[in-house]
Amino acid sequence: MSNAARTNWLRELIRKPFFWGVIAIFALLALNVLKDPNYLAITVNPVNGNLVGNVIDILRASAPILMIAVGMSLVIATGGIDLSVGSVMAVSGAVAMVFMKDAGQSGSVGVALGAIGLALLVSALLGAINGVLVAYIGLQPFISTLIMMLAGRGIAKVITEGQNTSATNDPFRWIANGFVIGLPVVFLLAIAIVIVVGLVVRRSALGLMIEAIGINPKASRMAGIKPSGLLLTVYILSAVLAGVAGIMSVGTVMTVDVSRTGYQMELDAILAVVIGGTSLAGGKFSIGGAVVGALLIATLDKTIVFLGISSSATPAFKAIVIVVLCLLQSDRVRSWFVQRRKPPQLRPESLPAKPKQEVAA
Amino acid sequence: MSEALPIVEMRDISIEFPGVKALDGVDFRLFQGEVHALMGENGAGKSTLIKALTGVYKIDGGSIVVAGQERQFHGTRDAQSAGVSTVYQEVNLVTNLSIGENVMLGHEIRGAFGVNWRATHAAATEALARLGLEHLDTHKPLSTLSIAMQQLVAISRAMAIKAKVLILDEPTSSLDAAEVEGLFRVMRSLRDQGVAILFVSHFLDQIYAISDRLTILRNGRYEGEYLTRDLDRHALISKMIGKDLGALSSLGGNRRVDDRDYAAEEPLLTAKGLGRRGSIEPTDLDVHRGEVVGFAGLLGSGRTELARLLYGADRADEGEVTLHGKRVDIKSPADGLVKRIAFSTENRRDEGIIADLTVRENMILAVQAERGWARPIPRKEQDELVEKYITALNVRPSDPNRLIKNLSGGNQQKVLLGRWLATNPELLILDEPTRGIDVGAKAEIQEAVAELAESGVSVVFISSELEEVVRLSERIVVLKDHQKIGEIVNGPEITAQHVVDVIAAHGVEAAAESGIIDAEGQHDIAASHPSESSPADAHAYAATEEES
Repeated sequence: MSNAARTNWLRELIRKPFFWGVIAIFALLALNVLKDPNYLAITVNPVNGNLVGNVIDILRASAPILMIAVGMSLVIATGGIDLSVGSVMAVSGAVAMVFMKDAGQSGSVGVALGAIGLALLVSALLGAINGVLVAYIGLQPFISTLIMMLAGRGIAKVITEGQNTSATNDPFRWIANGFVIGLPVVFLLAIAIVIVVGLVVRRSALGLMIEAIGINPKASRMAGIKPSGLLLTVYILSAVLAGVAGIMSVGTVMTVDVSRTGYQMELDAILAVVIGGTSLAGGKFSIGGAVVGALLIATLDKTIVFLGISSSATPAFKAIVIVVLCLLQSDRVRSWFVQRRKPPQLRPESLPAKPKQEVAA
Repeated sequence: MSEALPIVEMRDISIEFPGVKALDGVDFRLFQGEVHALMGENGAGKSTLIKALTGVYKIDGGSIVVAGQERQFHGTRDAQSAGVSTVYQEVNLVTNLSIGENVMLGHEIRGAFGVNWRATHAAATEALARLGLEHLDTHKPLSTLSIAMQQLVAISRAMAIKAKVLILDEPTSSLDAAEVEGLFRVMRSLRDQGVAILFVSHFLDQIYAISDRLTILRNGRYEGEYLTRDLDRHALISKMIGKDLGALSSLGGNRRVDDRDYAAEEPLLTAKGLGRRGSIEPTDLDVHRGEVVGFAGLLGSGRTELARLLYGADRADEGEVTLHGKRVDIKSPADGLVKRIAFSTENRRDEGIIADLTVRENMILAVQAERGWARPIPRKEQDELVEKYITALNVRPSDPNRLIKNLSGGNQQKVLLGRWLATNPELLILDEPTRGIDVGAKAEIQEAVAELAESGVSVVFISSELEEVVRLSERIVVLKDHQKIGEIVNGPEITAQHVVDVIAAHGVEAAAESGIIDAEGQHDIAASHPSESSPADAHAYAATEEES
């Protein structure tokens, strides 16, 4: 790579919308280091060789957010939204816990797999209902998934008969708490799933088609794309990923709390996607961006706890960080900075109309 | 035309975009009481110049003098406070507000208790009356009007705020002949009232019909200012494209000689009684292999509606279609593509391009949709395919990784044509493929159509420009009022006038039958179908000068 190519590559990186997300993660970590110089220290547990440290905790905590953020980024790219992911997490967790409680056999891998399979199946079913409502019935995604968000918690309560349900199953617990090559299983699993989804989406034409219907559904239909099947697939995928997140999240404590599990996680997912630079208007999406967004949310959550910010001030602190980030990403705000540096700067007003693009021709 | 000081004088205007000099030392003058045409190919800088004048773009060099005072615009608001305000036809009009509210939006007349609606509507009526539109009910929602009428309402909005300068960028691109005449009548009356009008259109006939003076731009540079009557078409086109007309001579050339006996062959496609309630009456139609069938008719005549049924863009609710002698049911565009029918929409922006995708992605989209998402086209094949059509259709710039929205209209159209050709269609339906694009691109597209037919592809060609239909098609299906009213087998003696005669003759019969003949012709505009709305790239701007 020549020198020029390298600077170009750097410039490209800076222009990526999730660049500021990466900066924010480092800024938060730096903040924590200011409070405790040993914050970033990672030690090896001499007994089992596992890595221990705050950063490892952050990675572990980011796993469920990664799952739903990736699903959400695809849904948002189609021009929709999935508000039901938090509730689907609860349903998935409830199904798994109740299944394992009834099955007993705390050491059985088969029971764990059965619980996971059933939980994902139920999640997929809920996703399919979302998908059918959106793609075939033609309801607004916001409304369809809002219904599922409310119904989902109800369903979870019915499954657990309204009780917090615990179970013991070591293989299932291992998913959330185990370590492989010194790293938490749950994080490795999340990254593996993200990579698989990313490869499927970008190596096939799925990504292109999702973007096409997100940018211009009419023109996409005229180009021969059948949006219904595509939308159904995307909503099912989002729900299945939420199901995985649910399993990860109940596996940590081996208890499902139907009113807390996955509570308001849909908002975290949406924020992660936005931080990653995917527009809520649909169209272009970035899975890498969603990953950065999810890691940032996890870092932010841990930082709030670490800095000892009172729980009542937590939402406000979170909001401030995210507002600052969104401002940094805004083209308009950025152009102000650019303008200040280089006075005779052309500023094509961002009109609501599509300006005629004659310039480039 | 007063030879006093110009109302607008732009001197040595330069505008730079990253990597491109969009305008390079352009001069432009506009006098009161004239219609001034701004001419140039797509990408010559017409829109950029207009945006400089209306304050959308900040100029990097030069000066803008409006009514004798030098102005600096840092945005449309600046331009407004400096006395130049802008009316964007598509944005400023709110279709679900009433006509009167639209005309007076932001300038409502206020009384002691908020807005005085009675006075506001009266003022709106007055503004409309200046354009001869006093018959409109200002209380009706704007959406009840056709695009042409909405355009006139946009103009009267500019009049309501005492515009001295009216900028009309491609106002006629989605209007039919009668509507254009209505618009011209209004433009002439405004001109006679002393308004300076800047007019942009790709239709040379219209330029010669309406403009007094014209300024030509080429590649962002000033080419010259002329009195329209001093410059003939050849000279004008040569100056626009910067070379002699030789390359474009085929544009004026005649259609190919045709001595095939189509009646003896089995048609590729036959439609029997194909119709859809509210959009097209049951229609019979044959299309043969390698034949170009023109659909002629005014906007809203049913020409687009019929084409959409053939492709599956809309579902027919009666009639049947046979393809290769076999009955087929085409339920969706995806079905149409599988049956090797392709349809290029008249509504490039809303139904054609996927703006934020690249040229490559736009071009492969239909082929990819047909293969399904699980079987992506290998990158190498993509490159070959995209390269092939970029070269064949002369898409400029030829970079396949550029976003399509950054291409000019003509080049977007070529990319879309490439998208449909890539599906290797047997029947290609082109709805207004040459609308709103410059002379050079138009000739290239027409040539491509002729070549396609030569290679055995059947083409349905729809255009508002009858000359174009007559030049290209072997057979012309004439439509009016949502039904097919006749078919003309093309021959050397057939001209656009014949087609007009067929349409007009039918109109007289129909009108005589129903007893409604509208002498004014104004009614025609109001009555054409709002559902047909396809504003395409048309914008109307008005720069106004507030009297201080």
